Amino acid sequence: MHEMSIALNIVEICEDEVKKAGGQVVNRIELEIGTLSGVIPDAMEFAIQEAVKETVLQQAERKIHLKQAKARCQECDHTFDIDDFVAVCISCGSFKTEVIQGKEIKIKSLVVS
Amino acid sequence: MCGTCGCGEEGTVSIRKPGEDTGEHTHSHSHAHDHQGHAHEHSHQHKHAHSHAHEGHQQHHESSHGHEHGGNGHHHRHEREIQLEIDVMQKNNLLAERNRGYFEAKQILALNLVSSPGSGKTSLLEKTIKDFKSQKKIYIIEGDQQTMNDADRIEKAGAPVVQVNTGSGCHLDADMINKAVKILEVEDHSLLFIENVGNLVCPSLFNLGEQKRVVIVSTTEGEDKPIKYPNMFQSSDVCIINKTDLLPYLDFDLEKMKEYALRVNHQLEFIEISVKNGEGLNKWYAWLKNLSL
Repeated sequence: MHEMSIALNIVEICEDEVKKAGGQVVNRIELEIGTLSGVIPDAMEFAIQEAVKETVLQQAERKIHLKQAKARCQECDHTFDIDDFVAVCISCGSFKTEVIQGKEIKIKSLVVS
Repeated sequence: MCGTCGCGEEGTVSIRKPGEDTGEHTHSHSHAHDHQGHAHEHSHQHKHAHSHAHEGHQQHHESSHGHEHGGNGHHHRHEREIQLEIDVMQKNNLLAERNRGYFEAKQILALNLVSSPGSGKTSLLEKTIKDFKSQKKIYIIEGDQQTMNDADRIEKAGAPVVQVNTGSGCHLDADMINKAVKILEVEDHSLLFIENVGNLVCPSLFNLGEQKRVVIVSTTEGEDKPIKYPNMFQSSDVCIINKTDLLPYLDFDLEKMKEYALRVNHQLEFIEISVKNGEGLNKWYAWLKNLSL
C-alpha cells in the first residue's frame, strides 16, 4: 500500500505550493499517473481521500489522467503502446525494448485560491 | 496518519545499532494536524494582504464565495492555476541523489538488496562478510518491519550494522538511509549493503541512492516471479538466483525464470549461487570486486 505514502507526498507538495502562492486552499488538482508507474488508480484515489482530510486539499476537485505507457524498440526504433514491462516489439518481435513513457506519477497542475 | 502505508500515529521508524534499547526515533512524514495549524496562519496573512490588492479583483471576489470560512465577509480569493508538472516522488528522489553524491565522494559502493521474504538475503550477507571482508570494509543497513534479529546476525558475522525498523511501513526510503548512514559512520572506500524490507512491490518505487539494485530470487519460489512483479525486476541491475543446491529436488525451471526476467529487463545480469554449499559465490565476489574498482 505504497499509494498512501505517495498520497501524503502529494499533500506535502501541495501544502508547500499553496504557501508559495500565498493562497489558502487548492480548488482543483490534476494528477498524471503512468499505466506502468506501479500505482493502482483505485488504490490511489482511496489513499488520497484519506490523506487530504484537514489539509489544503480537502475540498479540491481531483482529476487523475492516465498516461499510456509506450516503449521504443532498440533494434528497429519502432515506438508502440505497451500494457506491461514484457514489451515485445510489435514490428520486429525483439525483446530489446525500453519503456519511454508511462512510469510517471506527477502533479500536473493546481488551482489555488 | 503516518506516511508509511497508512499506519497509525504510533507507527514510528526506529534506527539503531544492536544492543541499543532505544535509538533515534524519526518520523519523516508530516501529519494532518500540522497542516491545520498552517492553514490558520495563512488566513491571517491573507487579511493583511487584503488592504493592498484591491482593484480589478471584484469578479474573483464574487465567484469564489460559498466556502464555509466563518463570518469573514471580506475574504479575498484570487483563484489561479499553477502548472507544476512535478514528480510526486521528487522528495525521495532528491534525497536519494544526495545520498548518491555522498557515496560517490567517499567512494562507497552502495547496493540495495531487494527480494521477497525468505530468499536468503541475510544469509548471503553473512557469508559475504566472512569471505569478502579481507578485501573491503563492509557495512550493513538492515531493513525490517520489526525486531533486531537480522542486525544481531550481521553483528555476529562481524560487520558494523544499523537496523531500521519501519514499523508498519513496507519499504526503506532515502530519508531512512540518510539517517542510518550517519549513525553507521561508513569509512571511505567501503562496501555498503542495504538489505531492504522483504517485499517485491513497494521498495521498487523508492530510490535510495544506491549504485546498483540487486534482486534475489530463490529456487523455492515460482519461476514466474519476474512477470508477476515486473517493476522490481525492471528496476534491478543484477538478479541473484539463490538455493541452486535445491534444484534437483524442485520443479523450478531455471531457464524459464531467466527468460521471463529478460523479457521484463533485457539488460539484467544473472548470478546463480547457493549460499548453503558455496556454489557460484566466486562469481558474486568477482562482480563485487569489479564494481569496487
